[in-house]
Amino acid sequence: MNKDTVVSVNNIGKQYNIFTEVNRYMTLRDKIVDTIKTPIRTLMHPTGSQSFWALRNISFDVERGNVLGIIGKNGAGKSTLLKILSRVVEPTEGRAEIRGRVGTLLEVGTGFHPELTGRENIYLNGAILGMKRVDIERKFDEIVAFSEIEQFLDTPVKRYSSGMYMRLAFSVSAHLEPEILIVDEVLAVGDAEFQRKCLGKMSDVAGSGRTVLFVSHNMSAVLRLTHECIILEHGKMVKRAPSQEAVDYYLSKDYEQGGERRWKAEEIPAGAGPFRPIAVRLRNAQNVVTDSLRSVDPITVEFEYELDSTIPGLRTGIYLATTRGDFVFTSFDTDELSRFDSYTERKSGHYISRCTIPGNMLNDGRYVLGVNASVFKMKSYFTDQNAVIMDVNISGAPGMQWGESRQGVVRPALEWEIIRK
Amino acid sequence: MREITTEPAKITDDVVVIQPVRGLVALNLKEVWRYRELIYFFTWRDLKVRYKQSVLGVLWAILQPLMSMVVFTIFFGGLAKVPSDGVPYPIFSYAALVPWTFFAAALDKSARSMLTSGNMISKIYFPRIIVPLSSVLANLVDFFIAFSILIVMMFMYHIVPTFNLLWLPLFLLLSIITALGVGLWLSALLVMYRDFGYLLGYIATFWQYVSPVIYSSSLVPQKWLLLFSLNPMTGIIEGFRWALLGTARVVTPIMFVISASISIVLFITGLYYFRRMERIFADMI
Repeated sequence: MNKDTVVSVNNIGKQYNIFTEVNRYMTLRDKIVDTIKTPIRTLMHPTGSQSFWALRNISFDVERGNVLGIIGKNGAGKSTLLKILSRVVEPTEGRAEIRGRVGTLLEVGTGFHPELTGRENIYLNGAILGMKRVDIERKFDEIVAFSEIEQFLDTPVKRYSSGMYMRLAFSVSAHLEPEILIVDEVLAVGDAEFQRKCLGKMSDVAGSGRTVLFVSHNMSAVLRLTHECIILEHGKMVKRAPSQEAVDYYLSKDYEQGGERRWKAEEIPAGAGPFRPIAVRLRNAQNVVTDSLRSVDPITVEFEYELDSTIPGLRTGIYLATTRGDFVFTSFDTDELSRFDSYTERKSGHYISRCTIPGNMLNDGRYVLGVNASVFKMKSYFTDQNAVIMDVNISGAPGMQWGESRQGVVRPALEWEIIRK
Repeated sequence: MREITTEPAKITDDVVVIQPVRGLVALNLKEVWRYRELIYFFTWRDLKVRYKQSVLGVLWAILQPLMSMVVFTIFFGGLAKVPSDGVPYPIFSYAALVPWTFFAAALDKSARSMLTSGNMISKIYFPRIIVPLSSVLANLVDFFIAFSILIVMMFMYHIVPTFNLLWLPLFLLLSIITALGVGLWLSALLVMYRDFGYLLGYIATFWQYVSPVIYSSSLVPQKWLLLFSLNPMTGIIEGFRWALLGTARVVTPIMFVISASISIVLFITGLYYFRRMERIFADMI
């Protein structure tokens, strides 16, 4: 291993048995039945289709101080890779070497105990994350100040609001100062302010000479924080490139074609619960599903999903962003007050939430549409920030007579008046 | 709002190798030692939560063996007239109930500990053995509380301890080792096969019947004694009575050595089995 290489991954692979994915565990009874049955099954299906590779033939090195992004669709194996590198799960094959102390942020607040006070949880969580007691004591005041929960320090965290809880949890994690930091999607939770804080902290960490492995669906965050990215697709590493190139490649390659995105069962996270996304579609003015749209025409967005049980306060919505990761807008189906009042809960069933982006709104270029299903401040059921890509074509738009490219994300048709005085 | 100050990275040269492990795995106790503070924090958390949640708190640790003692004294000491090796039946049974209650509770808690900590185990790395280990240690506090009542009872019954008392730490250590050994076996099995959880209660009850808690080992016919001492709790419980109450030595040194060896075997095999299984825990939980 080269002296400046701090993470070296060689042919890492992870195989899961189907039963561990579906049932997770067996019962003793199953085991007994299985032992009797297995020889028969092995005879009947000699190829053995009982397992799949969540990750295979992954090799890469990371030098000290590098900030490496790991991007890929849900189910591409990103989280599995991080879990292997943080030693939570063992690889099935291959070898990795890590030089230096590793800190993991797979989910903030892991190990928080609801009955314990904020003060007690700082110590407990710090210790779980691998901090020494003296380090926690040294940083205690800083952690408290950053989390802004001073007056609730001796209140059990079960009485905290979700915002306070997240702030405290992140604050503890943020003061963990390992040489190698592994971060998975912590930015996907919390409000905008919280995300800003997280991002700020991440760039701080990245700037202090630490090595960071960073998984995110947020392309803007990836571009801001990382130098290089690797792209995973169906458990394989398909590319490693400087971040801008990798993000461009990912956005242009990794989408379903034709203005529709359907989610496969394995792409839906286990925590999505009663919410089951089916598809998101883009329709042009002629009601045809397509990803090639005219800026002058309205664009219809359909988000189709199923609810297995009633969810109170559910809202589904869309994000629109540029391929650089800058958001254009966010909109939810119960934004309008009357609909907000009539949809206090959504019963189980099959739904389509449909909206129309008016014509003469977007400038030309490529946009990324994301979807979200959540209950405000309570739970995010499903998020896919890069669900479908669309190309907006400005032919016929106002100002086209000059044939120049115009600055800006939007290209509205404004009412002008020319007054001669 | 204050910003976080990030210190420059310290550079160390520990290299961690990640690769699939097959066959017998090294125990890696050095790693456990590195995480010793976490053992403390988990134990502290268990105690804190337990004594916070129940108003009875400390009282509960005393009540459990004390209530059993009362019931045993009435039915076995009083009605069934079970002989008690020359000491009053209440203290005869309580001296056994103190280590037994510790053993049974530590066993149950440590066996279930891996499942109750599932969320942490699937997200963060630390030596997994810390989870059942700190469950056993947390129960040690209950043991000492119950033990203090035993001292009070010895005063009440005017029992003066002999130099045998010096052996007591050994018996306590053996009971910790046995509880942890069996706890390690069961916690790993419970992760693999969830229906094992239903068996835990039966295992504890059955185990109590074959241990000299209610009765004395002197009631066991000579020809069965060797078999009887295969139960590691036999040596421990009779050891407690002998060390504290000065009862006649019902367990011969050879029987004690057998009992203790079984404890040690359970402990070591438990360590290895747990270590072998821990690499797949996160996949199973």
